[in-house]
Amino acid sequence: MRYAILLLGAPYSHQASHSALRFAHALIARGHALQAVFFYHDGVHNAARLAAPPQDERHLTDEWIALHAEHGTSLEVCIAAALRRGLVDEREAVRHGKSGHSLEAPFELTGLGQLIDLGQRCDRLITFAP
Amino acid sequence: MTAHASSDLLVILRHGPHGSSLLRDGLDAALVAAAFGQRVSLLFMGEGVMALVDDQQTDPLGPKGTAATLTMLTMYDIETILVEEAALEHIGLAPSDLMLPVCLMSGKALSALPASHRLVLTF
Repeated sequence: MRYAILLLGAPYSHQASHSALRFAHALIARGHALQAVFFYHDGVHNAARLAAPPQDERHLTDEWIALHAEHGTSLEVCIAAALRRGLVDEREAVRHGKSGHSLEAPFELTGLGQLIDLGQRCDRLITFAP
Repeated sequence: MTAHASSDLLVILRHGPHGSSLLRDGLDAALVAAAFGQRVSLLFMGEGVMALVDDQQTDPLGPKGTAATLTMLTMYDIETILVEEAALEHIGLAPSDLMLPVCLMSGKALSALPASHRLVLTF
């Protein structure tokens, strides 16, 4: 089946991100396809380029990037939720006059319409919330 | 078949209008889906029913609140507003305390809602 994940929980604050990652790997191991992870609400913090957790903890941002590299899962971040929380790619940083960017590929800033589109295109859309 | 059973998307709202932005983010998703031509039903459950309380003020709190968004729902053709009856009773409110006409749901009709929609988003 074609799956997508909607992630609403902030990394390290809530179980949601850890559970979403475990679910992602489990469904791929079962032969399903994970088309995309859509990061919304506090879930957008999973895309933070500058995240530097302690070495004995899981690096969630890097694990999402690895998921993309190994399985082609697209990593889509709600632009409105991201900009509010200081997550900007290079283009948005320039547009808003910021001196640095905090989000980069393979994470992509996109709109909520993409979430609705995923809901239509995929067989299952699973929400992980705080 | 009731009107709401034919919707494409059910958005379940379980958080109140103040204290977190989950309610607002859920409503935003509902509005975008409606703008994309999806037929959308809203189901307010638990604390989420507080969103519908009439005559809310937001100025002292900071965030913009959600009451203004709720008044725009009909412009987006979102007219199926479902409310968990027990949640309303739990906080001592009646439908006449709410800012919009709602359809009260309980028992089997309530539990059958997710299965009757192609897509369910829970906030």
